[in-house]
Amino acid sequence: MSTLALTVHDSATMLRRNLKRAVRYPGLTVIVAAMPIVFLLLFVFVFGGTLGAGLGLPSGGRAEYLAYVVPGILVLAITGGAQGTAIGIAMDMTEGIIARFRTMSIARASVLTGHVVSAVIQTMAGLAMVVAVALLIGFRPEANALEWLGVIGVLAMTSFALSWLSIAMGLQTKTVEAASNLPMPLMLLPFFGSGFVPVESMPAGLRWFAENQPFTPIIETTRGLLTGTAIGSSGLVATAWCAAIALVGYLWARTNYERRPAR
Amino acid sequence: MTTTGTPAISVTGLRKSFGPKLVLDGLDLTVPEGTVFALLGPNGAGKTTTVDILSTLTPADGGEVRIAGHDLHREPDAVRASIALTGQFSAVDDLLTGAENLRLMADLLHVGRREGQRRAADLLERFDLVDAAGRVPSTYSGGMRRRLDLAMGLMGDPRVVFLDEPTTGLDPRSRRAMWDVVRGLVADGVTILLTTQYLEEADQLADRIGVLDAGRLVAEGTADELKRMVPGGHVRLEFSGPEPLERAAHALGVPPAGDGVLALEVTGDGSVAALKSLLARLDDAGIDVAGLTVHTPDLDDVFLALTGHPTPAEVTA
Repeated sequence: MSTLALTVHDSATMLRRNLKRAVRYPGLTVIVAAMPIVFLLLFVFVFGGTLGAGLGLPSGGRAEYLAYVVPGILVLAITGGAQGTAIGIAMDMTEGIIARFRTMSIARASVLTGHVVSAVIQTMAGLAMVVAVALLIGFRPEANALEWLGVIGVLAMTSFALSWLSIAMGLQTKTVEAASNLPMPLMLLPFFGSGFVPVESMPAGLRWFAENQPFTPIIETTRGLLTGTAIGSSGLVATAWCAAIALVGYLWARTNYERRPAR
Repeated sequence: MTTTGTPAISVTGLRKSFGPKLVLDGLDLTVPEGTVFALLGPNGAGKTTTVDILSTLTPADGGEVRIAGHDLHREPDAVRASIALTGQFSAVDDLLTGAENLRLMADLLHVGRREGQRRAADLLERFDLVDAAGRVPSTYSGGMRRRLDLAMGLMGDPRVVFLDEPTTGLDPRSRRAMWDVVRGLVADGVTILLTTQYLEEADQLADRIGVLDAGRLVAEGTADELKRMVPGGHVRLEFSGPEPLERAAHALGVPPAGDGVLALEVTGDGSVAALKSLLARLDDAGIDVAGLTVHTPDLDDVFLALTGHPTPAEVTA
């Protein structure tokens, strides 16, 4: 087998292992999906009336805020998934089976790629649940089939990039507890962007940060595809950010994996 | 036992430090194909580090290693394809059943569905795990986990198997079952490097034993050769107070055990003749002995005798 075929084959085996584990230990997946759903309900029903009025739209209110906040909640869900991924790999590393994999003649990266692909699949399943709840409480996006495909693409790309980063973080830490803390700042970032309120409403310094951090273009692209707001260059900037985060995450993860003590 | 041809494992001048701590200090060892070599030593002697390096988990700082004809440094993947490691730390997936764990190995070894199933069925049968195959390892006993762990390693039909303290923490019955499994492997012509803290285990399984101390082999030989170096354990003498202890220590030329313990350990094989002469010497000096226990040789004795740490060698002379 060629190196590529070997990598694909071994990664597929590792993916099957991770998905099986996710099904048998669903606690993590459920928490990852439940947290953003709680935030969605909280933001729409508790804060939504007031925040919606502040959006400055002609008919501002709860329904408008629901349409505004869904992309932010989706990105928040991805960061929650990233935390779950970091915990997952850290837990895995505490088991001897990783040492076994390292004594076997298998594609070196397959342990990590298996985790990443499985994390993307789990996160996308979680996002589907979030969207279902949003639709249930009255979210009515205007996106056509192609735009929905675009939404899936942007979210999958974001999840892929953050998964590599969180795998690296999970490998960086020595304990499972630390692995759950390291990605925490990621979960705050959607709040310091255009996820929950327009960046125009923020003070100057914060606004500059909000406009230039990676989640804002990702949220703006998703929002544009779902509800028809202007996307502009956000799509390109979002893609560039994701490519950069994925690359840094991949290299960092590889280094950490190789440098890990034996057992 | 074959001793011709290329050795299955050959190690020269292996060195490894973790930070300032020197763990392996120029280790040399050769294991002929189809034989069992036991590395015997206490915790911290470098046993696990040796196994970690030979199984490609940890890079060495220096030295030459060839396993199954492949250079460890230049062809790590060829080495990995010929070895299996079963450690004191269980390397099974706790969320997969026993059968699924074996299937995972078959997939990673690229042996094909049918051949994988055949090997798995064979190993489950051989290791008495047929009934447990559909359950997850968290429901297994310690011995069953260890057997599943070894079975996973054997899915790849390895030529060299590393067993890192394979029976540490097992009850005596599971330990014996594990020994039988190891003997079965040897019968199939597999080369085994085994680490252990138990002289008895090395005695039962190994063709040759190496005693590891502070990262060096301080002795190597068959079990009988090693035992000849250690005449046979020691006799422990207990006294009723510090005064007779001191006098006995002086009369026998043995330093007291220390820490306020009123006891002396005198090297000897515990034979009637040796005991007689020991008691005669105490009698001559008019010393009362409160208690006497005979210890057969264990790792401590072998180790003490071979490493030159405080051993009352002159008494046995």
